[in-house]
Amino acid sequence: MKVNAALIGSGNIGTDLMCKALRSQWINPVWMVGIDPDSDGLARARDAGLKTTYEGVDGLLPHIEEDEIKIAFDATSAYVHADNARKLNARGVMMIDLTPAAIGPYCVPVVNLKEHVGKEEMNVNMVTCGGQATIPMVAAVSRVQPVEYGEIIATVSSKSAGPGTRKNIDEFTRTTASGVEKVGRAAHGKAIIILNPAEPPLIMRDTVHCLTADRPDENAIRASVNAMIEEVQKYVPGYQLVNGPVFDGNRVSMFLQVEGLGDYLPKYAGNLDIMTAAALRTAELFAEEIDSGTIKLRAVGA
Amino acid sequence: MNLEGQKVTLHDMCLRDGMHAMRHQISIEQMVGIATALDEAGMPLIEVTHGDGLGGASVNYGFPAASDEEYLRAVIPHMKNAKVSALLLPGIGTVDHLQMALDCGVHTIRVATHCTEADVSEQHITLARKLEMDTVGFLMMAHMIEPSDLLEQARLMEGYGANCIYCTDSAGYMLPDEVTTKLTTLRDGLKPDTELGFHGHHNMAMGVANSLAAVAAGASRIDGSVAGLGAGAGNTPLEVFAAVLDRMGAVTGVDVFKLMDVAEDVVVPMMHQQIRIDRDSLILGYAGVYSSFLLHAKRASRKHGVPSADILVELGKRGTIGGQEDMIEDVALDLIKKRRTGEARPA
Repeated sequence: MKVNAALIGSGNIGTDLMCKALRSQWINPVWMVGIDPDSDGLARARDAGLKTTYEGVDGLLPHIEEDEIKIAFDATSAYVHADNARKLNARGVMMIDLTPAAIGPYCVPVVNLKEHVGKEEMNVNMVTCGGQATIPMVAAVSRVQPVEYGEIIATVSSKSAGPGTRKNIDEFTRTTASGVEKVGRAAHGKAIIILNPAEPPLIMRDTVHCLTADRPDENAIRASVNAMIEEVQKYVPGYQLVNGPVFDGNRVSMFLQVEGLGDYLPKYAGNLDIMTAAALRTAELFAEEIDSGTIKLRAVGA
Repeated sequence: MNLEGQKVTLHDMCLRDGMHAMRHQISIEQMVGIATALDEAGMPLIEVTHGDGLGGASVNYGFPAASDEEYLRAVIPHMKNAKVSALLLPGIGTVDHLQMALDCGVHTIRVATHCTEADVSEQHITLARKLEMDTVGFLMMAHMIEPSDLLEQARLMEGYGANCIYCTDSAGYMLPDEVTTKLTTLRDGLKPDTELGFHGHHNMAMGVANSLAAVAAGASRIDGSVAGLGAGAGNTPLEVFAAVLDRMGAVTGVDVFKLMDVAEDVVVPMMHQQIRIDRDSLILGYAGVYSSFLLHAKRASRKHGVPSADILVELGKRGTIGGQEDMIEDVALDLIKKRRTGEARPA
């Protein structure tokens, strides 16, 4: 049975997520929450048959029990996420956090989704777009041999970087670097983001450099990287290794391109697409668990 | 051009932009030696950090001989009159780096963004201003947009609290008329008490001419570096520019002869390679490519056997901007693939 979900945030990410959720076998998007009555996202949600409110999370709270909302995706901003999470967790709704607030543990589905199974976590964080695109590659190397240093450079088109990212770009670099360490398992992580205004907009590019402790096992790393690419492609078909892995002493480098599905956002915005796809994949796993009774959601905090 | 009596603040880049040309390997001793000599020559402002600014230490840009903090803590206590500045590129460095720089005694923070992306600097400029630092908004690759668009971005930075705005010719692409138009537009459109600055590269040998055009159009801060030590064909050679300004009667407060000595006796002997307009540097300027790509492209050329000129031209075609050093090896690998299909010439 599908699990009912609410989408918080009616911007680019929330709307793209809705398009994907409407196709899901496990998630039934019931509500979309915005703050602007005239937003395009809310209009599309209404057209798609969702209930909507422009009064923020408070507009949703009275309907949670009656509409059996079990999962909420937060695609607002790091600033308001804590408040949203507190209110919804208190009513037993689990949060999938697409902001860089990172209150809950990080989830990069292809790397550590299974670690979240059965833990009854009420809040998981999707790191950042750059993190979703690059951490699988760091993990592909670190599962072969220890990585002392992992560095990622994410280049996205200017048009695909919204005001939230721009106002707090440090959150991106910090959260991504932290995800490279905690999920990618590099002893030390570094993240760089570049916004490129070229027209036509460039498709998201990501470069991953790993410095291995010992000489890299080239064949094993090549095989691991290729296997990981295939795993990511299951939820982001446009995820591609353009060049590499390049081996240079202890350096292992991968050059990636992430093309989106073009649901609500244009295909070049692979950075946003990989976030929404990963969030949905994560929610689907929890929905399966809720359905099978493996986990029971309970109200936490107040 | 009459610059008689006009005050110009020179800002030396040897120990920051020069780090690119030195593969970020300037030693702490060399930093202190150069900074001290510049201070004695009357240089009012000296920039010290990794070539890509605070937090630039990385595989992508190169690991430096010492950390930003080590350099700053070593240099600043030796300064008698000169102030020290630090560069910060949002997306690479964070407000934590900014705070560290302030704690080290940095006077001027320069927050740099690509010329169309000024809004990523809000967090950093706002904080720097709150901390009462001399706060500069630094719009890079300014040749890529129209003067009115540049003004719009400059106004954002001014609005966040920047007290000085730079028009930055990162590719050394601009010719003097473009500098005049852009600086005039900024001067007319920004608040009268907002200072203007110009940062040139010498890839088309326009460093001095462009800097003069900037001063004539209202810029009061000019970047350059002694002996031109900087990315690409280097920055505006500061001892030359100071001499020119001196002849024109402008007031810089620096001792031209002492500056010549620093260039000749301290900086030139330290250089890994001659800073000149070689073919690759000229391509940077001619095609409008970020100057710091130069040595990375030469390195990728040696490693992968693809002509560096071809790499730089392709980077220009792709519309790459400052910070995209990772695309250099990517382009080299693409060119190899192309060559296999018979479309490119061998190195």
